[in-house]
Amino acid sequence: MTVESTAARKPRRSSKRTSAAKTPAKTPESSGPQLVQLLTPEGERVEHPDFEIDLSADELRGLYRDMVLTRRFDAEATALQRQGELGLWASLLGQEAAQIGSGRALRDDDYVFPTYREHGVAWCRGVDPTNLLGMFRGVNHGGWDPNTNNFHLYTIVIGSQTLHATGYAMGVAKDGADSAVIAYFGDGASSQGDVAEAFTFSAVYNAPVVFFCQNNQWAISEPTEKQTRVPLYQRAQGFGFPGVRVDGNDVLACLAVTRSALERARRGEGPTLVEAFTYRMGAHTTSDDPTKYRADEERVAWEAKDPILRLRTYMEKQDLADAAYFTALDEESEALGKRVREAVRAMPDPDRLAIFDHVYADGSPLVDEERAQFAAYQASFAEEGN
Amino acid sequence: MAAEKMSLAKALNESLRKALETDPKVLIMGEDVGKLGGVFRITDGLQKDFGEDRVIDTPLAESGIVGTAIGLALRGYRPIVEIQFDGFVFPAYDQIVTQLAKMHARALGKIKMPVVIRIPYGGGIGAVEHHSESPEALFAHVAGLKVVSPSNASDAYWMMQQAVQSDDPVIFFEPKRRYWDKGELDTESIPGPLHKAAVAREGSDLTLAAYGPMVKVCLEAAAAAQEEGKSIEVLDLRSMSPIDFDTVQTSVEKTGRLVVVHEAPVFYGSGAEIAARITERCFYHLEAPVLRVGGYHAPYPPARLEDEYLPGLDRVLDAVDRSLAY
Repeated sequence: MTVESTAARKPRRSSKRTSAAKTPAKTPESSGPQLVQLLTPEGERVEHPDFEIDLSADELRGLYRDMVLTRRFDAEATALQRQGELGLWASLLGQEAAQIGSGRALRDDDYVFPTYREHGVAWCRGVDPTNLLGMFRGVNHGGWDPNTNNFHLYTIVIGSQTLHATGYAMGVAKDGADSAVIAYFGDGASSQGDVAEAFTFSAVYNAPVVFFCQNNQWAISEPTEKQTRVPLYQRAQGFGFPGVRVDGNDVLACLAVTRSALERARRGEGPTLVEAFTYRMGAHTTSDDPTKYRADEERVAWEAKDPILRLRTYMEKQDLADAAYFTALDEESEALGKRVREAVRAMPDPDRLAIFDHVYADGSPLVDEERAQFAAYQASFAEEGN
Repeated sequence: MAAEKMSLAKALNESLRKALETDPKVLIMGEDVGKLGGVFRITDGLQKDFGEDRVIDTPLAESGIVGTAIGLALRGYRPIVEIQFDGFVFPAYDQIVTQLAKMHARALGKIKMPVVIRIPYGGGIGAVEHHSESPEALFAHVAGLKVVSPSNASDAYWMMQQAVQSDDPVIFFEPKRRYWDKGELDTESIPGPLHKAAVAREGSDLTLAAYGPMVKVCLEAAAAAQEEGKSIEVLDLRSMSPIDFDTVQTSVEKTGRLVVVHEAPVFYGSGAEIAARITERCFYHLEAPVLRVGGYHAPYPPARLEDEYLPGLDRVLDAVDRSLAY
C-alpha cells in the first residue's frame, strides 16, 4: 500500500468514526499487514523476512521476568496511589513488551530519553524502581542521576525530550562514538511540533537516534484518529528516514526491531521511527477515568493480546520454564512489591530549604536573599516557642 | 590585544571567536549563522574558520534549535544559540522555560545547562512587526535563567565570555540598534561579575537606572540635565536576572530619587520589580516615588510610530523633572 492511497482513504473512514459515540474496538487486523510480529497472541513463533531473533532459554526467561516484575511494580505503585501514598501514577499496564523489548535492545553506552511512563525501560537500565516514585510522591522532580544509567529524567511536557535526544545524538556523532540514543514518546506526542522538529533535525544531521513511539491508542481521552490521518510509522517517510510498525505486545518483535534500528544508527545511517502498536490497558494516569471515553469490548479485545501471557504460553509450550521457575518468580514479585511499598512510606519529605537548592549552578544573589528571608521566617516560629 | 575602538557587533564577533578558540566544546547554532554570518553578521567569518561542525546552520525551527542545544549540553557541549529576532523566540519559549531553565534543579544539581541564547532585541531600526520587541521580563521572571544585556562594546565582549563560561543558561539580549555604535574595548582587562551593575555616570540629585539600548539615552539625558544644573547618576544594570539591587540601593541612598528606563512595556516590566524592591530597601531615603519610563501596554507599533513609543530624551527628562518636583 502506498502512502498516497492510505491518505486518500483514511479521512473518509475517520470522519465516520468520529461521529460515532464510541470508537470501535481495534482488532489485531486493524493494525495492518505491515505489523512486524515474531510471537502471535496465541504464543506461536512466526517468522518475518526482515527481522529475526534467536534467543536462548535464559534470555527468554529474562525477558519474561522483566515484564512480570515491571507489571508487579506498576501494580504496587497504582495501589500506593489509591492508598494516598503517591499523588499520581502513570501506569504502563499493557506496554511491558514494548518497553522491555526496546529496553533490552540497548547497550550500556546508549542514552535513553523517556516520557513519564517508561518504568519498564528504567528497569532495563538498572534504575532502582523506588527512585521512580519520588516525583509521584512529590518529594523531588526526578530522583536519579541521569548519567549513572544513561537514563534521562522523566519529561512531563509532551514531546520535548525528542529534541533533547536528537541534540544528544548530534553530540554523539560529533564525538565520533558509536553509541545510539533512543527517545520514547506516545501517539499523542506525535502531534507536537517538537516531535516534527526532532524528525527534521535528526534527518538533516543524520543523528544516531531511534524514535520509539508507543502508540497505546489513547492520549488521555483522545484516540489516535484525533492525532493522525496516516499510520504513525509512515510519518517517517516524509522526513527521509524509515519507519516501521511493530507489534508492541510482542516482546521478541520489539527487541528485534529496536536492535535493528539501533544498529542502523550506530552504522551512521541516521534515525529510525519505530511505532510500537500497543494498548494502554489502564487509565492514562490515576486521575483519569477511561470508562467515560472507551468501550469495554476494546479492552477485552486487547487483553487477548497480553504481552506477558503470550510469552508464558510460548515458554510453556517449549518447556522453557517449569513450575518452580514460575513459583520463584511469584515470590520475587511479592518481595519487590513489599520493598517498593516500604521504600515509599519511608521516603522523607525534603528539607524546607531545598526549595532554594540547585536553582542556579553558579548561585544567585536573589536566591540567596530569598533563602535567608525564608530561613529567618521559619526560625521566628522556633523563637516563639512553637 | 591592547585597547581598541570597535562596534558592539564586532566586539561580539571577536568574543564568539575567542570562545570557539578557547574551548572545543563551544558550538554556535542558528538560522543563517554560517555562510551569511547571521542577518546582523555577528557570526561573520566564524564558519569559514571553525567549520560547519562548530558553527552550525540549523533548520528554520526555533524550538528545535533550543531543544537540540539542550541535548548537546547534556552531552557535554556548550552551545551558543542565535535566535534571529526577539519576536521569533516564542516558538522556543516552551523549551527555554519548561526544560532549559529547570533542568539543573530537576536533576538536583547533577546536570548543568551551559547554553547561551543570543537574541537581538529592541526597536529603533525601522523594522517590521516582531522585529523590535523587548521580552526580557518574560525570561527574567523564570527562575533558573540568567538574563543579561550589554550596552556597549566592552561589555558585549566580556559579558559574552562570562555567559559562555557560565554553567547556567543565559539569555543574552543584544541591543540591535547599538550594534553599530563604537566603543573602547580592552580584551585584556579583568571584568567584574556578570550580574554586577555599573555606574555609567556619577551624579548626586537623581538616579537613572537602565540597561541595553536605553543606557545611551539616559547618558544623553544626564548630559542635558547637567546643562540645567542637575546632577544625574546613570546606572547600567547589565543584568535583569539577577538584578544588582545593592548597587541601585547605594546610588538611591545617595541621590534619594530613582527613575527606571527601559524599552519594554512598563506594565509588569523590570521597572516594576526594581521600583518595588528599592522602595522596600530605601523607603526612608526616597524623596519621591520611583518612576518608570518605558513602552506602553500596546503591541509594538509600526515603524513610523516607534519614536513615539520608545522612551527618548524628552520622556526621560520629563520623568526627571517630575521626580525632582516632589
